[in-house]
Order: sequence, then C-alpha cells, then structure tokens
Amino acid sequence: MTEHKLDATLDASAIASPWSGGGSPFAIGSKKLGMWLFIISDALTFTALLMTYSYSRLANPEWPRSVFPIWPAIAFSTTMTVVLLGSSLTMVMAVAAANRNDRKAAVKWLIATMVGGLAFVGLHLTEWHHLIEEGATLWKNPWGTPLFGATFFGITGLHMTHVMIGVIYMGFIAGGFGRGKFTPEDVEVSGLYWHFVDLVWMFVFPMIYLMSVKY
Amino acid sequence: MTAHAASHDEPHHGGTTSLFLIVWFTLVGITLFEVFLAYMHLPAVTMLLMLIGLSMVKAGLIMAYFMHLRFERLSLVLLLIPALLFCIGMMTAIFPDSLRLLHLRVGG
Repeated sequence: MTEHKLDATLDASAIASPWSGGGSPFAIGSKKLGMWLFIISDALTFTALLMTYSYSRLANPEWPRSVFPIWPAIAFSTTMTVVLLGSSLTMVMAVAAANRNDRKAAVKWLIATMVGGLAFVGLHLTEWHHLIEEGATLWKNPWGTPLFGATFFGITGLHMTHVMIGVIYMGFIAGGFGRGKFTPEDVEVSGLYWHFVDLVWMFVFPMIYLMSVKY
Repeated sequence: MTAHAASHDEPHHGGTTSLFLIVWFTLVGITLFEVFLAYMHLPAVTMLLMLIGLSMVKAGLIMAYFMHLRFERLSLVLLLIPALLFCIGMMTAIFPDSLRLLHLRVGG
C-alpha cells in the first residue's frame, strides 16, 4: 500500500485547487462515480423494500413465520448464494484481466460470470416454481397473511431482475471489450454493478429465507 | 489529465488473487454459518440481530475488496457510506409504529 500513499502525495496538487479544473477529487473516472452513486440509491430502494417487509411482518400476528423447509427452499437458496458469490469472484478475475489488458482472459471470465448469473436465475425460478406449486402467488398463500406473497415475490423478483439486467450488461461489455471498443474502466464499472447485486442478496437471503425456516 | 489519471490508476487495482480467494472463502464461511444459525431455535430478535450483523460484515468485505473501496481515496468512501448509513438509520424510525399496529389489532 506504499504506492497508494505515494499516489496521494502526487495528487496533492489536485486537492490544493479543486476550483481550477482538471482535477479529480475522488481520483476515479466519471463513469465509476456515476455507478457508485446509482448503487447507493439502488441500495436504498432495496433497504426500503426490506424494511417494509420487516414492518409488515412485525405488525402482523398472522404473518407466516415458518415457510421454507430445508429441502428444497433452503438448500436451493444456499446454493444460489454460493453461486452468486462465485460469480463475484470470476468478476474480480475479469476486472484484473481487463486491467492487465488481457482481453481474451477478461472476456472468458466475464462469460463465466454470466454463466453464474444465469445459473442463479435458473435455480431461483425453480425455487419459485416449488412455492407456486404449493399455492403461493402474489395475492394468496397457504401459510398466512396474503401480503407475504406480494412482498416475497416483489423483493426476490426485483433482485432477480437486477441479476438478469447484469447478465445482459455483461454480455454487452464482454462483446465490446473483446473487440477493443470498451476500456478496462468499463469492465470495472460493470463489475461494481455485479458485486452490488451480490451484496443485496446477502441481505435478502437471511432476511427473507433464513428468518422463516420451517424446522 | 489522461496521463495523470493513468499514473494513479495502477495501484488502485490492489489486491492479489490469493487475497480475493481468502475474502471469498470468508464470505462462503459466513454464509454457511448463517444457515447453521437459522436452525439454532434462537429468539427472533437475537437471530435477526446476528444475521444482520453478519450480513453487514459480508457487505463490508464485498465493498472493501471486490468493489475496491479499500483501495480508493478516503474522500470517495466518505461521500458514499455515511449518507447511505444515515438514510438507512432514518428508515428504522418506522418500527415503533409497526409495534403500535400490532397492539392496536382487534384481539391482537
């Protein structure tokens, strides 16, 4: 990290006169800063949804508190968590390869990440299918207050939408970066989005699934 | 500007493959521990607090290492994180109301 310190001193001039222009106060490009700001606002969207879920659960004695059996629900959702974490690791490798300007390796790792994302969606849809077969829909479910279905499918569905958008986004980035159209920063920015999708699941999984296991 | 940007971009990509693997195994380990906790028959509040605490550790690890925040300038971290935590804190203000609703119920 000594290089990092050296860097900070080199950049001291940029801090000294922020109004003179040409400086980069956060030492990152505008695309990366834009993605970070989007991530913070999207994090608040998910926070609001999870808070609403917790609010409704706390206020409702009929809220279903014992829904997910170890097989298939918990086994599936745990596997999905590990798959999503795995795809974050391949994304880290893609960004590292892109920064080395190893375009071939970066595209390969991006495709591996997309496969992880698709596996997550496939597992999640199978898991949804189990619940739908048991009679859970947006407006009714066999376990308790109907609102549970709306919040469950709403929150996990919005997360799944993010995963699907991420897979499409990475497809564009992989194609463009492979042809030399995009820069390593573009790969890194798509990586930020992907890790964020992973991060959100780290809250959805315990709050939705693990808090409602069926012993 | 471009030369300047390039010169300080290099060390930002800190972290080696082995470091990322350690972080990854820690994340998987915490996940499995969370699943184990779910079957410990703990009181709901204790379990919620433990799960949220562990998830925040996981979120911190993901942001610090996978999202490179640990290798970015402090000003960026200060721009993003305190505002996020403040807004999340403000949202928790709804919870006393949900407990009030619980006790207002007919027969509740």
